Amino acid sequence: MTHYVELMGFGPTGWGPAMLRAAGLTLTVAVLGFLLGSVIGSAVAAAKLGRSRLLHGLGDGYTTVLRGVPDLLVIYLFYFGGSAALTAIGRMFGADGFVGVPALATGAMALGVVSGAYQAEVYRGAYLALARGELEAARAVGMSRALMFRRIIAPQTLRYAVPGLGNVWQLVLKESALISVTGLIELLRQSQIGSGSTREPFPFFLTAGALYLAITTVSTYGFDRLEAWTMRGVRRA
Amino acid sequence: MDLSFLAETWLALLQGLPLTIELAAGSVACGGLLAASLAGMRLSGSPFLGWPARAYVFVFRGTPLLVQMFLIYYGLGQFRPTLQAWGVWWFFREPSYCALLALSLNTAAYASEIIRGAILSVPHGQVEAALACGMGRWTRARRIVGPIALRQALPAYSNEIVSMVKATSLASIITLVEVTWIAQKLISQTFRSVEIFVAAGSIYLLLNIVVTRAVLLLEYWLSPHLRGAPAEPARLEAAHA
Repeated sequence: MTHYVELMGFGPTGWGPAMLRAAGLTLTVAVLGFLLGSVIGSAVAAAKLGRSRLLHGLGDGYTTVLRGVPDLLVIYLFYFGGSAALTAIGRMFGADGFVGVPALATGAMALGVVSGAYQAEVYRGAYLALARGELEAARAVGMSRALMFRRIIAPQTLRYAVPGLGNVWQLVLKESALISVTGLIELLRQSQIGSGSTREPFPFFLTAGALYLAITTVSTYGFDRLEAWTMRGVRRA
Repeated sequence: MDLSFLAETWLALLQGLPLTIELAAGSVACGGLLAASLAGMRLSGSPFLGWPARAYVFVFRGTPLLVQMFLIYYGLGQFRPTLQAWGVWWFFREPSYCALLALSLNTAAYASEIIRGAILSVPHGQVEAALACGMGRWTRARRIVGPIALRQALPAYSNEIVSMVKATSLASIITLVEVTWIAQKLISQTFRSVEIFVAAGSIYLLLNIVVTRAVLLLEYWLSPHLRGAPAEPARLEAAHA
């Protein structure tokens, strides 16, 4: 036990600071991926709700494929494919040699593209939960589309989306561990490095698990509070 | 896109399919049994059984599957002499057993909540009626609660099976030669990531479509009472002909 405290502590031989910094990077990549996913997700939800057959089909294909294919494959696609594309573009401008994509960008993009598919379904469900009468009323008082979106649709869609978004956030946070395969030194990669150099994998992966658990627990609490806040104007049965 | 390369890749990836299916089927089966026990513990009403089950679900749902897999495969490897003394080293030495264990423990946490919800959703009147008929605990479970809960759980369970099929890809990180491992090796050899992604992705997608269709079929088969009676006499005649 004292050995564990020394190993994970903040002393001269402790790995505490490195692990905490890595946890910060895990949070960063997860937040970036989640935000990118919300942009992609709302665009895809709009496509699936719109009248265009073509856009509807594309949106449907996107959500089906990205939710049916392992995320690790998507990460490999961005990791290897992104660098190949950049190298090709670099060659067009006369630079030769390999151009790599920064691991943080690869990770955030992969997480964004995957979580976009899940978020699209959340936003679509939330939009469909809006009371139709409110939309009709907005039209009846002569609101323009933009005003209707800002005053009626957006606030209420977000309200209904909060629980679903909480689930997607947990998913993104846990999927972010897969980004370790690209070499980004997030929490899991840092634990691998630590176990490699000390030959003591157990305490490192245990600590990583505990830090993930701490982050998920705090964010569950946060989303519960957010849900309570967005629902403050809703009468309960 | 080069079609002959795509076909070649597809065939190469198929060699990993048996292991992918074994991992998915094995973990869903083992995880399902564990999940049923966990749900039973939660519903028993005893705090000594309920709290450990609650803690289990909290820990396994709150941490990434890859961390759990590393902790079992690499982490426990640190205690090799102890494990050897206990005579269980043959198990923890094999990456395939470790992957199966991690996948099963992980899915059990999610599935136990699905099963618990399904059991709680059995209408109270049905249980009361069974009690009034003098059914014992086991008869009740087998004849009334079990079948109704099973049908109730199916849609959510099919999502869980799909996510397990996807999760088997993580086993490639601990060196198991399944579909994703082969895909990753091919990508790093040829750098044709798009074609290989399409080939590997289509295998998983097909597998998941088969799973969801099979569960839908099971659901249809288990809910004859929700369908209208077949009223066409023509079909009867055909059956007798």
